[in-house]
Amino acid sequence: MSVHLQVLIVVIPLLAAPLLVLLRGATAPWALATAVSWSVLAIALWLVAEVQVHGQLSYALGGWAAPWGIEYRLDAANAMVQLLVAMVAAVVLPYARLSAGREVDPEQQPGMYAAMMLLLAGLLGISATGDAFNVFVFLEISSLSTYTLIALGRDRRALTSAFRYLIMGTIGATFFLIGVGLLYALTGTLNMADLAERLPAVASTRTAHTAAAFLVVGICLKLALFPLHLWLPNAYTYAPSAVTALVAATATKVAAYVLIRFLYTIFGIHFSFGELPLSQILMVLAVIGMLVASAVAIRQPDAKRLLAYSSIAQVGYITLGLALGSVLGLTAALLHMFNHALMKGALFMALGCIAWRVGSTRVDQLKGLGRDMPWTMAAFVVGGLSLIGVPLTVGFISKWYLILAALEQGWWVLIAAIVISSLMAVVYIWRIVEIAWFQQSESRDHTREVPLGLLLPTWLLALANLWFGIDTRLTIGIADQAARALIGSAP
Amino acid sequence: MIPELALYNYWIVIALMMVGLYTVISRGNLVKKLVGLNIFQTAVFFLYISLGFVLEGAAPILTEGVEVYSNPLPHVLILTAIVVGVATTALGLALVLRIKEAYGTVDEDQLQRMDNEA
Repeated sequence: MSVHLQVLIVVIPLLAAPLLVLLRGATAPWALATAVSWSVLAIALWLVAEVQVHGQLSYALGGWAAPWGIEYRLDAANAMVQLLVAMVAAVVLPYARLSAGREVDPEQQPGMYAAMMLLLAGLLGISATGDAFNVFVFLEISSLSTYTLIALGRDRRALTSAFRYLIMGTIGATFFLIGVGLLYALTGTLNMADLAERLPAVASTRTAHTAAAFLVVGICLKLALFPLHLWLPNAYTYAPSAVTALVAATATKVAAYVLIRFLYTIFGIHFSFGELPLSQILMVLAVIGMLVASAVAIRQPDAKRLLAYSSIAQVGYITLGLALGSVLGLTAALLHMFNHALMKGALFMALGCIAWRVGSTRVDQLKGLGRDMPWTMAAFVVGGLSLIGVPLTVGFISKWYLILAALEQGWWVLIAAIVISSLMAVVYIWRIVEIAWFQQSESRDHTREVPLGLLLPTWLLALANLWFGIDTRLTIGIADQAARALIGSAP
Repeated sequence: MIPELALYNYWIVIALMMVGLYTVISRGNLVKKLVGLNIFQTAVFFLYISLGFVLEGAAPILTEGVEVYSNPLPHVLILTAIVVGVATTALGLALVLRIKEAYGTVDEDQLQRMDNEA
C-alpha cells in the first residue's frame, strides 16, 4: 500500500473531483473536499519523511518501467513542493466553507470544490512526475481549473481577468509543449532522468538552445516573472478570497519548481548557466521585478491588488535565488518558495476575513478594523512582518539565506536590491496597518470579529509563519538536501 | 529540390505559429483571439506529427514485409494535447459567453474602457 502513496497523492483528489459534482448543497462537497485535502497532507508528510531517509523514490506508473512508462520520481525538492501545496490546501479548504459560502453562488459551490480538487491534483501531479510531457498535462489540468476558479468571482471583472489569464496561460503552456517536443526530437526520450543523461551529447545544437528558450519563456509565463506577470494582478484581485489564497500560495511556487527542475536536473547547470546566459537574464528580470512590483504595490487602492503586486516581487526573490546557480542560492529559492506560500496564504486569508465582514478589501475601507477585528488584523500583521522579513518569522530565514548566497558571490548590487525591495514592503504593509489601527471609520459602525471557522485556519497559517521562523530544522534541512541533490554535489 | 524546402512541413509549422500568435495579439474580438490560439496550437500539433514521421515509414501497425515504421509516440502525445486544446477552447468560449452577458460586448478595447470606468 505504502508503495502506491506516491501516485495516490495525485489520484485521490483527481477521483474526488467528479464525485463532488454529483453531490448537492454546499456542506457535503465541502466536507468531502476537506477530508481529501487532509488525507493528501498526511500522505505528503509521510512522503517527506521517506525522502529524507531514502533520498529518492521511484514509482513506475501501471508497472511500465522507465524510460518507456511514465515514472513518478520523488526527491527532496518535489517532496517539499508537495508538502507546501498540501499544507496550504488543508488550511484553505476548511476556511472555504464560510468564505466561499458568502462569495460564491450556492449552486456553483460543488463545482468550485471540484475545480479546487482538480487544481490540487494538477499541482501535485506536476511535482510528482518524472516525465516531461506529463508535466504539460498536469500543468494544463491545474491551469484550466484555475481559470474556472477565478471566473467564479462576484465582480464581472473576474471574467475578463480569467479570460486574459487563459490566453496568456495557454500561450505559456504551448511554448512549454514546443520545448518538450524539440527535446524529444533531439533525444528520443521524455523521461527526465533519461533526458538529463542524453542532453549533454547534443547540448551545443541550435535545437537544444531553441528548446531551452521555449521552455524557459513558457514556464516564466506561469511563474509570472516580470515582464510576463500581466495576468496576475487582476486574477488575484477579482477571484473569490479562498481561491486567491489557494492559488496565490501554490500555483506560482509550483511553476518555480518546474523552472528549477528543467534548469538544474534536465539541462544541468553547465548548460543553463554556462552555455546559455540564463543566469544573467533571470537575475536582471528578477531584480527589476522586485523593485518595480514593490513600487507599484505601494500605491494600490485595493489591499488584495497590493498583495498581488507584492507576489510578483516575491517571485523575483525566488528567481534571483535560483539564478545564482549555487547550493546556497538554490536553498534560498526553495526556502522562499515554501515560506512565501505560508505568508501569502496567511495574508490573503486575513483579507478574506475582512471581505467576509466588511464586503470590500479597499484600503480606505479598513479604517478602524484594528480595534473592531483585532484577531484578524493581528494575523495580517504577522503575515506582513513575515513578508518584510522581520526576525523570528519565516520571511527573515529565506531573505537571510538569499543575502548569504549573494554575498558568497560578491553581488553587492543584489543585496542592495533585496534591502530596497524589503523597505518598500515595510511601506506598503505599514500603510495598511496605519489605516487599520490609527484611523477611525466615519461611515461604518463597529463591526465584530469574524467567526472561528474563518479565524482558526487563518491563524494556523499565521502561526506556521512564526513556527517555521523559529524552528527551521525541517525547512532548511530539506531545502539544503534538495539543493545539493539538484546541483549534484550530494555527498 | 532546394534543401531548405525539403522539410517544407516545418516551414508550414512556423508560418501557422506566427499567424496564430499574431492573431491572438492583434485582434480585439475575444472569439477571434481564441481562433488565433487554436491556430497556434494546431501548429504545434503539426510539429509533433512531423517529428514522428519516418521517411518511407509505414503506419505503426505490425505488418508482414514492412521494416520501417513511423514513430507512434508523438502522435499519441498529440492526441492528449488535442484533448487539452479542446478543453481550453470550450472554457474560453464559455468565458466569452459570460463576458457577453455581463458586459454586452466581446471587444477587448470596449471591455478595457468599461473596466477602467468601474
